[in-house]
Amino acid sequence: MGINQVELWVLIFFFVLVSGMGFLAARWKRTESLNSLDEWGLGGRSFGPWVTWFLLGGDLYTAYTFIAVPALIYGVGATGFFAVPYTIIVYPMVFLVAPRLWSVSHRNGYVTPADFVRGRSGSGGLALAIAITGIVATMPYIALQLVGIEAVIGAIGIKGKLPLYVAFAVLAVYTYSSGLRAPALIAFVKDTLIYIVVIAAIIYIPHKLGGWGNIFAKSDAKFAATKTTSDGLTLASAQTLGYSTLALGSAMALFLYPHSVTAVLASRSRDTIKRNMAALPAYSFVLGLIALLGFMAIAAGIKPGNLDNKPNPNTVVPLLFDQQFPSWFAGVAFAAIAIGALVPAAIMSIAAANLFTRNIYKEYLRPQASTREEAQVSKIASLFVKVGALAAILGLNVQYALDLQLIGGVLILQVLPAVVFLLYGRWFHRWALLAGWAVGMASGAWMLYVTPNPSTGKKHFGATQWAFSHLGFDTKTTIYPGVVALVLNVAVAVLLTVLFRAASLPAGVDSTNEADYHLEAGDPGVAEDLPDPLDGPPGSAAPVPT
Amino acid sequence: MNPETPGREQEVRAAARRRVRTPLWNLLLVVPLIATLIPTIYNRATPRLFDVPFFYWYQMAAIPLGVLCVVLVYRNTRGER
Repeated sequence: MGINQVELWVLIFFFVLVSGMGFLAARWKRTESLNSLDEWGLGGRSFGPWVTWFLLGGDLYTAYTFIAVPALIYGVGATGFFAVPYTIIVYPMVFLVAPRLWSVSHRNGYVTPADFVRGRSGSGGLALAIAITGIVATMPYIALQLVGIEAVIGAIGIKGKLPLYVAFAVLAVYTYSSGLRAPALIAFVKDTLIYIVVIAAIIYIPHKLGGWGNIFAKSDAKFAATKTTSDGLTLASAQTLGYSTLALGSAMALFLYPHSVTAVLASRSRDTIKRNMAALPAYSFVLGLIALLGFMAIAAGIKPGNLDNKPNPNTVVPLLFDQQFPSWFAGVAFAAIAIGALVPAAIMSIAAANLFTRNIYKEYLRPQASTREEAQVSKIASLFVKVGALAAILGLNVQYALDLQLIGGVLILQVLPAVVFLLYGRWFHRWALLAGWAVGMASGAWMLYVTPNPSTGKKHFGATQWAFSHLGFDTKTTIYPGVVALVLNVAVAVLLTVLFRAASLPAGVDSTNEADYHLEAGDPGVAEDLPDPLDGPPGSAAPVPT
Repeated sequence: MNPETPGREQEVRAAARRRVRTPLWNLLLVVPLIATLIPTIYNRATPRLFDVPFFYWYQMAAIPLGVLCVVLVYRNTRGER
């Protein structure tokens, strides 16, 4: 297969466009220098509803999601559709929790979720656990964004990994120079392209494939021909619990990821976050449509292409576009996927770098670090994070990255009690939360380790489903291990809290107060994005010291 | 953080206390969870809509339902924290 020149040049055009935007972003909405984490790592905490909508949309609905969800549908059918309930229920939950985190973070200058845990619980150890979990869960997620780019360049017909190096090097440089403003600006292009491509795909491709009736009939026939009962157009009854717990666990985990928290804290006000919880489901609708591309790939007779010289279902969507669309539009679609990988990769590397800087470097290595030094360390750390992700995907193989991301989702869920419960009160003892976290991490990792995948012959980390038969029950019912681990986590935290409180172990100092959790931009004590006119003489923007 | 006088601190607390309530409207946020987290409600192929099995179009239809609930809660709890 030769290289499709039209697709290649369309892709290069968009890549050059967004790279230019990435560099120019340093000047966008800029009030001071970029020499603080508030500016470099949180875009000046200034993003309004629109920017936040594009940024969070670009951040949460990654290229990997757009590739992997239809790939799962292609492989097993109904189970892959869990992404839709997952991205429905996440918003009502976050609607309640995120504004509290926003308020307390703005009041106290917190940049990461671990900063909050540190301030609220008074426990450096617990904050370190939260920070390390965040970094460990984020790294493979960044690596997986590369899988999206790899799948695209493979579909164009390019052999080798040179384009990957180039794309990541350019991304690393403009993230370094522009910080969070770069992905925020590029997200406009990414999301616009995604909407155009998906709307075109959902109208054009079914028309070419003989309509939805034919697409679902062919898919049904494919699943009926396999020996396993775990695939099909609907769920087997043993799968329903696994389906809903996977959706629930994924939803609870989504906003615990450091890159989600980064985008939330970058918004201008509580109101901005709340409005976005009503507006972000527009992306869920797109994701649902994209999921259906998996069935179209079946009906179109797409066979998975190679990644790392092994057939990989993550290639089916790019191959479908390549087969169905005219070359120029396939190029646009590929650009949408590739840019869709760059935006979250940038935000994730910034979030992981902030965690390292605030909760490891400043906490343990150089407590006297200035804000300027913090920003510099974070910029350099973001480079290391990307190099690490690139090395992971080149040195190991794609399968390890997939395994690690699977584990990462279960692990990040284990920070929920520390982050969310502490937002609502201080009943839980800091050491009990730490013990619960440890139990959750260990049990979650173990459940994934013992889960095989019979269809590929993998012995470990085979699926996101843990079988109750491990406990000796005679049942085929499975469940998402993240949720089981979370239940154990909370149980341990509750039991030990009762114990520790009875023993009067020191509870740690809370450096926040109740009022912090309800503040809105513009309230006294919260940094505002515009100078308060009452703070200076008429016609002057400069505040007068009081 | 700027150092603040105790008077300013009290002002901060008072401003927040005025609006802290947990509105009953929040209960609406449970509706999308119930609608989607019990797959037995929608785990079947019929009735089809435009040849799409029920399983798929039901869950797609649950997206605007979720939006509606969040919008209702947002509009009716504005100003409360």
